[in-house]
Amino acid sequence: MKVEAKILLGLGTFFGLMCLVYWNWSLENAGGIMMFAGMLLGFLPGGYYYWWSRRMAPRPEDNPHATQPDGAGVVGAFPGSSIFPFVLGMGAFFVVLALVFGIWFLVPGLGLVVWALLGGTAEGRRGGQH
Amino acid sequence: MTDVLEPVQHQGHGDHEEHHGPTGILNWLTSTDHKVIGLSYTVTSVIMLVIGGLFAEIIRAQLASPNGNLVSLAQYNELFTMHGSVMIYLFAGPFAFGALANIIVPIQIGAPDMAFPRLNALSYWLYLSGAITMLLGFFTAGGAANFGWVGYAPLSNSLNTPGAGADLWIGGLLLTGFSAIFTGVNLVATIFYLRAPGMTMFRMPIFTWNMLVTAILILLAFPVLTAGLIMLYCDRHFGTHIFSVAGGGVPVLWQHIFWFWGHPEVYILALPFFGMVTEIIAVFSRKPVFGYKGMIFATLTIAALSLGVWAHHMFTTGVVLLPFFSIMSLLIAVPTGIKMFNWIGTMWRGQVWFSTAMLMALGFLFTFLIGGLTGIYLASPPLDFFTHDTYFVVAHFHSVVMALVLAGMAGLYYWGPKITGYMLNEPLGKAQFWLLFLGSQLFTFPLYILGLDGMARRMALYPHDPQWKMLNDLSSVGAFVIGLSTVIFVINVVVSWKKYPAGDNPWDAHTLEWFTTSPPPHHNFYRLPQIRSERPTWDYNHPEHRTLHHGEHAAAEHAPEEAPV
Repeated sequence: MKVEAKILLGLGTFFGLMCLVYWNWSLENAGGIMMFAGMLLGFLPGGYYYWWSRRMAPRPEDNPHATQPDGAGVVGAFPGSSIFPFVLGMGAFFVVLALVFGIWFLVPGLGLVVWALLGGTAEGRRGGQH
Repeated sequence: MTDVLEPVQHQGHGDHEEHHGPTGILNWLTSTDHKVIGLSYTVTSVIMLVIGGLFAEIIRAQLASPNGNLVSLAQYNELFTMHGSVMIYLFAGPFAFGALANIIVPIQIGAPDMAFPRLNALSYWLYLSGAITMLLGFFTAGGAANFGWVGYAPLSNSLNTPGAGADLWIGGLLLTGFSAIFTGVNLVATIFYLRAPGMTMFRMPIFTWNMLVTAILILLAFPVLTAGLIMLYCDRHFGTHIFSVAGGGVPVLWQHIFWFWGHPEVYILALPFFGMVTEIIAVFSRKPVFGYKGMIFATLTIAALSLGVWAHHMFTTGVVLLPFFSIMSLLIAVPTGIKMFNWIGTMWRGQVWFSTAMLMALGFLFTFLIGGLTGIYLASPPLDFFTHDTYFVVAHFHSVVMALVLAGMAGLYYWGPKITGYMLNEPLGKAQFWLLFLGSQLFTFPLYILGLDGMARRMALYPHDPQWKMLNDLSSVGAFVIGLSTVIFVINVVVSWKKYPAGDNPWDAHTLEWFTTSPPPHHNFYRLPQIRSERPTWDYNHPEHRTLHHGEHAAAEHAPEEAPV
């Protein structure tokens, strides 16, 4: 986990330095703020990974001498097929069309989004179809 | 060293029995398997390439004569806007990080799937609906968006561009933007958390590394564009004045926001293709990647610098800090040069196999070199003042993107057998390569000269001048040759359909995706080799030539002689 943390912290540090130089030199706010946010986006997850890397047990994927059985066990929960990403996507599609063609598109749009959120959550709790 | 050679049952994935999911169209609608989603992405984005290419052919046909009347001036505006939009937003990005990365990255690191499979499926549906939304503009009364793919304010406000086409463009970009962000989250989580045992960060294939850095760039850049689009929509419909001078707003702010996304986007497009080319050159030169860590360093440096160069698109606005952006833009040439050097170093004294994929990769090197070098000119403000908004800029970035198309085709020829289980026809592939490669040069070279002569971009008509007419004709012929190469690709897919079975590892390649079957089973692997280098499949297949760590070779050869008795 240390390498992952260092990459993000390194990028954050670079953006921070660039932000300092740019903002002080150009006195232009839009770019300065965006680079500041870039720095935060490096530091927030980077700091989180670093914090964890000092507390968690070493993972087999970080160990150069690990053998495949070291990774035995449950890798993660992988859902089977699910219709709800499609339903949510179509819901978002109709919501965006409402921005263009009229507010009434929100009725099917938000209906599909709510259905997908409820259905997807329920499916997740059941464990999905395999 | 026996542990290196013995295959071990990978027990992490639980069940390996045949997957019984829905089939046919229901499988397409409901699958959360990264390979199915990736294939959907591949097919959709190649269709977008064809649509964007058709727009390009119409544009070049219009420009074949000085006062062409193939399309009206208004239609021409729609065409060049939608050509750029389709190619950038709907083809190049989704093809790189949605299609090939989606299929290949989890397999390259020994993962059973992406970290968030349902989010991955959602990404695809947002991409598809975004693409449809954007193209719907052609079927509205006012036509599609027509303010250029950059949507500059105040041209894009509701006074100058009324109509549904522009709103559909904004809506389509919102959808595809969220799709890209979700894919970025998914790729980072997959690469950080789902690597196989022994697959340390510095053993990941370069393609996976580049996709990690691309994903981080997506997370840095795309939210800015999404925010900008929401502001633009508010300006158009809710009476805000964020980008209008009349209401106290700042039009140049749109350019800052757009290019703060737009320049990292160039590397979001390019880095995946750099990764593909790195893999292909190494495999077809029968050598490991030259300067593996240097390659990673260069990728990270390009990504870091790319966030500090956005205003080199805005030199002529007169309100940006020229020296800062010029220095940063020129600095990017250094890591890119490292990559060029390493690609040549990888081929150096290798046994180069000129397959279609390798030829395409070599075509990429040449074309990208031209695009990159002319980029260095443009990073210099005085030269940029002279060439801004001329065909020189158009030629520069078309050299770059044609290089990316060559690399993408290399990726399809290289990984196609893994994805489908069948090879593509090599002679037809080589014919396609020569047409695509020569067509690209014939298409771009005249544009450089026209640009230096002062021909402005985005114009449907141009002055009567025999030299300009000839150069435009040459460029149009080049564009048609490129179109012909795409036809040959489609013919190749039809001709080779399920004809030449590929086997698991037709190229004798290096990385984990070539260890599993073609196409890979549900959850990708029945077994995994021990991972002791960045070339686990090669190490397994060639134990006598396994990858040596730095300094190990010398120690192994000279140790007996030098060891004290």
